[in-house]
Amino acid sequence: MIEKVLKGSPKYYVWLAFLGSLIGLGAFTYLFQMKYGLAITGMSRDVSWGFYIAQFTYLVGVAASAVMLVLPAYFHHYKKFKKIIILGEFMAIGAVLMCMLFIVADMGQPQRMLNVMLHPTLNSVMFYDMLVLMGYLVLNAIIGWVTLECERHDVEPPKWIKPMIYLSIIWAFSIHTVTAFLYSGLPGRHYFLTAIMAARFLSSAFCAGPAILLLLVFLVRKLTGFNPGREAVQTLTKIITYAMAINVFFFLLEVFTAFYSGIPGHAHPIAYLFAGHDGHVDWITGAMWIGATLALLSLALLIPPSLRDNEQLLPWSLGILVLATWIDKGLGLIIGGFTPNPFEKVTVYTPTVPELLISLGIFAVGFFVISVLWKIALDVKKEAGHF
Amino acid sequence: MKRSRRQFLKVASLSVLGLSAQLAGGAIVSAAEAPAYQPNEGGLKAGRWAMVIDTRGFETAADFEACIKACHQYHNVPNIPNNQEVKWLWTDKYEYVFPDDVNEHLSESVRSRDYFVLCNHCENPPCVRVCPTKATYKKPDGIVTMDYHRCIGCRFCMAGCPYGARSFNFANPRRYLDMGAINAEYPTRMMGVVEKCTFCVERLAKGQLPLCVEASEGRILFGDLSDPESEVRKALAENFTIRRKPSLGTQPGVYYII
Ligand code: SF4
Ligand code: SF4
Repeated sequence: MIEKVLKGSPKYYVWLAFLGSLIGLGAFTYLFQMKYGLAITGMSRDVSWGFYIAQFTYLVGVAASAVMLVLPAYFHHYKKFKKIIILGEFMAIGAVLMCMLFIVADMGQPQRMLNVMLHPTLNSVMFYDMLVLMGYLVLNAIIGWVTLECERHDVEPPKWIKPMIYLSIIWAFSIHTVTAFLYSGLPGRHYFLTAIMAARFLSSAFCAGPAILLLLVFLVRKLTGFNPGREAVQTLTKIITYAMAINVFFFLLEVFTAFYSGIPGHAHPIAYLFAGHDGHVDWITGAMWIGATLALLSLALLIPPSLRDNEQLLPWSLGILVLATWIDKGLGLIIGGFTPNPFEKVTVYTPTVPELLISLGIFAVGFFVISVLWKIALDVKKEAGHF
Repeated sequence: MKRSRRQFLKVASLSVLGLSAQLAGGAIVSAAEAPAYQPNEGGLKAGRWAMVIDTRGFETAADFEACIKACHQYHNVPNIPNNQEVKWLWTDKYEYVFPDDVNEHLSESVRSRDYFVLCNHCENPPCVRVCPTKATYKKPDGIVTMDYHRCIGCRFCMAGCPYGARSFNFANPRRYLDMGAINAEYPTRMMGVVEKCTFCVERLAKGQLPLCVEASEGRILFGDLSDPESEVRKALAENFTIRRKPSLGTQPGVYYII
């Protein structure tokens, strides 16, 4: 099926070339980082994780979200999703790859990365995170490829793939739970130290991931005429809506606990994010308010059935939702965790241009992979008459 | 790049030469005969190292300066003028060092004084718990130290330490050192690894006390917490002492007499 990658329209090639140039730009900037170190980023002694790790966290959610298609389809035999499942699985592959690249970009000594495997450290959550991410990548690659191959030959998928699919469902939950444990097990970081972190991660993943998937599917529909099926879109939108409502609810739980308890340490990070701390009101405050407003707006646009089922409006609602969850997780999570620092002081973190260019390059890698995989999947579907 | 390759070739060819000479002489030492690791005879030993800082004795900037300088100079800690700095031993105000422990009406002298901050060499160190490569580890005598050569620079330990005790070499630290004036007895670090105070573990092994303790002229005590006769235990029994963020359960090994 690989050969499908090679035969495409000029538009397809222009798109790949565009991504390729972004990848080149990112790679070039990364060479600078190799030479001058992470000093070229906006990170500091106080905010020691930044944009890279935040994007990694966000994308783990995007990867995990494939389960929102797989679970209804295989567990509840909801057939309508079968058509787009493969797209979700292939998107997960791209997302996991981006996660791994973001981790590599964040390392001070990437050439020593194998140390994580050479000296397996069972007490470190990072070890397990590596295991589950790699496992998830392999699972999705095998499941995706095998089911697609069967679709091409119009046969039922082999029996042995079923247990793998069930495993991948549990696995998807595990990748985001373990990633949450990276944070929620840290003493003294009040914003991270919360038992609901894993639940928050999953709820935001299960709205943001499928929303991104739907947006991409809409785009593909425009470009190729691929029809995901009206009912599939509506069901998925409902899932997104519920997940987002739960996500917002979970955040409000945090706010209640922090402020009603009155414990300063717990209140400070949220206060810093939304109102500033100790006289510091930084750019993140504005971003967080935009995020919160967009989150509520997305709910207002998604909860009423008439608005939700309006296909003209839907892409906008989903885009707003994606932006809101990204601000929460791709910016606020890390900054809130590290500010105020252990001395209750504020060090401002702002990502630098090189940092953003490298990130852009990594995103381009992900989109490149997703484009190529989707191209294969859609071509196969077309041939098999499953458009 | 080029230079290191040439160096490598040189070392490689020399060792091949050496090896063949040895072979010819039949003098290869078998691995079994090689001496096993032996701790230094004259090294200081303890069940649990701890530090007691008599904060009443530190008033002027000069009091602190001597200790900080001793530590930073000996360990080749670079002086980086921005928030990507590296520091092992430094000072801050009461409200920042003990943020859980401030009241509005703190005595003026306690509030306005500075306090030393350094790695606490915790009994339950979160930094060790989270390190994915065992680059950060705790010795049986309670010292938390690290292997710079194994560190991958993930900075998980920095996120884990609730005391802000760790520094990361964002840039090449040698750029910020006067390489002509460095202490050749202690290695400089490379870019991309984490570092922190080590309780002068390398000096203890030679039978010497930590540098800051030496420079403090008796105002910082250092000793074995597991020995009831030790100086630190006596100081703890006789004075009111506090530790940083005790509620986190890390059991810091640095005590402050207030
Ligand atoms: S103070 Fe921080 S760096 Fe030092 S042992 Fe404790 S947790 Fe680790
Ligand atoms: S930065 Fe180095 S010492 Fe710290 S957790 Fe990572 S590998 Fe361990």
